[in-house]
Amino acid sequence: MQTKLNLDPEKVRLARDLAGAAGEPVTELARTHTTTSIERAVLRLGGLDGADADGMPWVNRVVDAVRDATGLEQGVALPVWDAMVAGGYPDLRTLAEQAASGEVKFRRPVGSEAMAAREQAVRSVERGVATIDGQRARRTRMIADLADPPPPWIYLIVATGDIYEDIPQAQAAAREGADVIAVIRSTGQSLLDYVPEGATREGYAGTYATRENFRLMRAALDDTSRELGRYVRLTNYASGLCMPEIAALAGLERLDMMLNDCMYGIIFRDINPVRTFIDQRFSRQVHARAGIVINTGEDNYLTTADAVDAAHTVVVSQLLNEYFAVEAGLETWQLGLGHAFEINPAVPDSFLLELAHAQLVRELFPGAPLKFMPPTKHMTGNVFAGYLLDAFFNLCGLMTDQSILLVGMMTEGIHTPFLSDRDLALENVRYVRSAAGRLGLSFQPDAFVVDRAHRVLDEAVGLLRRIGADGLLAAIGDGTFGVTRRPPDGGRGLDGVVARADGYFNPVSELLGDGPVGADPVAEVLGGDAE
Amino acid sequence: MSVADLVRPYGDTTGDGRVQVSFTLPVPGVSDAERALAEGAALQLAGKMGLSPAMVVHAKPIGPSFTFFVVYGQVSHLVDLSAVVVPSREFDLLSPAEVNLRIRTALGRKLVVVGATVGTDAHTVGIDAILNVKGHAGEKGLEYYREIRVVNMGAQVPVPSLVARAAAERADAVLVSQVVTQRDAHVTNARELGLAFGVAPEFAVGALRRPLLVVGGPRFDPSAASALGVDKIFGRGTTPGEVASYLAHALAPSAAS
Repeated sequence: MQTKLNLDPEKVRLARDLAGAAGEPVTELARTHTTTSIERAVLRLGGLDGADADGMPWVNRVVDAVRDATGLEQGVALPVWDAMVAGGYPDLRTLAEQAASGEVKFRRPVGSEAMAAREQAVRSVERGVATIDGQRARRTRMIADLADPPPPWIYLIVATGDIYEDIPQAQAAAREGADVIAVIRSTGQSLLDYVPEGATREGYAGTYATRENFRLMRAALDDTSRELGRYVRLTNYASGLCMPEIAALAGLERLDMMLNDCMYGIIFRDINPVRTFIDQRFSRQVHARAGIVINTGEDNYLTTADAVDAAHTVVVSQLLNEYFAVEAGLETWQLGLGHAFEINPAVPDSFLLELAHAQLVRELFPGAPLKFMPPTKHMTGNVFAGYLLDAFFNLCGLMTDQSILLVGMMTEGIHTPFLSDRDLALENVRYVRSAAGRLGLSFQPDAFVVDRAHRVLDEAVGLLRRIGADGLLAAIGDGTFGVTRRPPDGGRGLDGVVARADGYFNPVSELLGDGPVGADPVAEVLGGDAE
Repeated sequence: MSVADLVRPYGDTTGDGRVQVSFTLPVPGVSDAERALAEGAALQLAGKMGLSPAMVVHAKPIGPSFTFFVVYGQVSHLVDLSAVVVPSREFDLLSPAEVNLRIRTALGRKLVVVGATVGTDAHTVGIDAILNVKGHAGEKGLEYYREIRVVNMGAQVPVPSLVARAAAERADAVLVSQVVTQRDAHVTNARELGLAFGVAPEFAVGALRRPLLVVGGPRFDPSAASALGVDKIFGRGTTPGEVASYLAHALAPSAAS
């Protein structure tokens, strides 16, 4: 990519180093702790599905039972597979049912019994990871057989609350040109400490993320992909209290992209910061393995803070997200770093400022599939003016070579989109792309745009220095991001955080490795550059 | 009613009654024959909506089985301004900046809100939509307000714990949401709340001022506040901005009002 802003490579390197220094202590926290949701994800990958008569998933029941009996300091795997070996249960489900009625005595096995449990655990979890690998290979094959749409990918949201309404809407959107379908989750799912089960038909302003809903939608989009001759991607949310489990389910059911931000849940959902960072690292290790592209949520900061004043906090968060992602094993092509077109249109030169911010992000993260989010804060209900603003958003995205364009709706903030809202929005994108898609090649930013981009980078470096001095958790506690203070001991989910003791065993983490995995296992399977 | 109170929509001439509507029908519009039928269907709907004459100015198929229309037409209806009923609200809707300013001016400190769901209701959707920064219906939650300090206790909080926490935090207001309830448990719970705060020694005469008790949920009757012993009930569709405006109205009145 040709540089237009002449950023100082030394300054960019400094910004990355500062982000790494700020993130490292948090990573250490994640290496030395586990959470109830991580342990539940282990059981899910070990093959435990389903829920009891009250709808409470068996993984929750078993983790709670193990926690009561032995604690979670050494992980759930050894006590569970020890009980499997000792009790001779045919499968985890039977064990879970017995455990729920108090029939299973969990213990911390030692010696040869621990060895046997460890072996069984690894064997079970290997099957789950093999399913994830198989889904990744299947995606690669489908993309090779069909076609991969050229960037920018057109990203559309469906959110009826009913998976059986979502499916035809998603298929219609794909036929009209959407490359990526995101199913918005029901309001408040991020605060549920369990993943609901089964196909769901009732949600608040969105549809529950469940394994069955994932499967149904992916199967429908596979049909549509074949019909259209291009691979249509599916997106959901690995966030909230069940982030690790949802990441695992996404890998098992071949979701293609997942919203997965390092700080979103902390800032906007008041989930405990420590819990979030620990869950996030595990979920990103799973995403890395599954070949899933993560989408980060920096656009959200600009809905609370001013998009001009807080532009540098977006860059800081992107650098942190990049550090945490790479540390967890994700590769550059998997980093869908987010940002948004949220400057008040009444501000003079607002479009030039947007160009400066978007071009800066593009040049800071070459090779990353950047996700550009449309205006929401200044969509007033005047749908005609909103349609115009969305056209400028599309133009900015195309001029600055953004990779994923979330399609803006002129009815943003009024209702979940009508069929016609979505169709008009796609018409808007198609027009701008066909009329001005190559403008990016000839566009040369003037001094105003260049100066603005440099200033935002300088401010980002300044903020990263301050964070480095105080520590990231202190900075979050201080209201640095999204104008909201979140102390390390506050928020939901801290009771699910457990310090690992000696002998902690997590068969999933062992299989996924602790850091970058190196060669792409799928590319090897397929004999080359299929990705 | 006087003639001056009667108006019609204005296109480009007084009284022309011209309006524009757009809608989608689940009718195919791809082939010529389909399109003719679809446009006829759109005109029929426009006629039933009172648009006469009406003109389909744009018809576009959306996929194989839907058609989108833009229709211009003329309505003969009269609007009687003297018969317009404006729903009464005892407080003005304020922007977050105005709410913050009112609190700063009237209290000189942050306004403290303690929120929870009580009883068996495990659904924090309602309270979180009002309190979380993320908010609801395009409005940021109360946490977003610089001059409001929010303590969100989450779900299934026992009423005595709520009373104790409200006292410890010196709460100005207590927000309780009840989303999913059976056998009118929301009413029982609200009564229990009103009663508990009424008799709590923490809020007896001479001790702390009893916080404003605000209850919300889709099944409440907003006019039943006094019957339940609380100060305010919000019903379905309430936004954070309405709650914030009410809190400012009740706890931080402006000097002018």
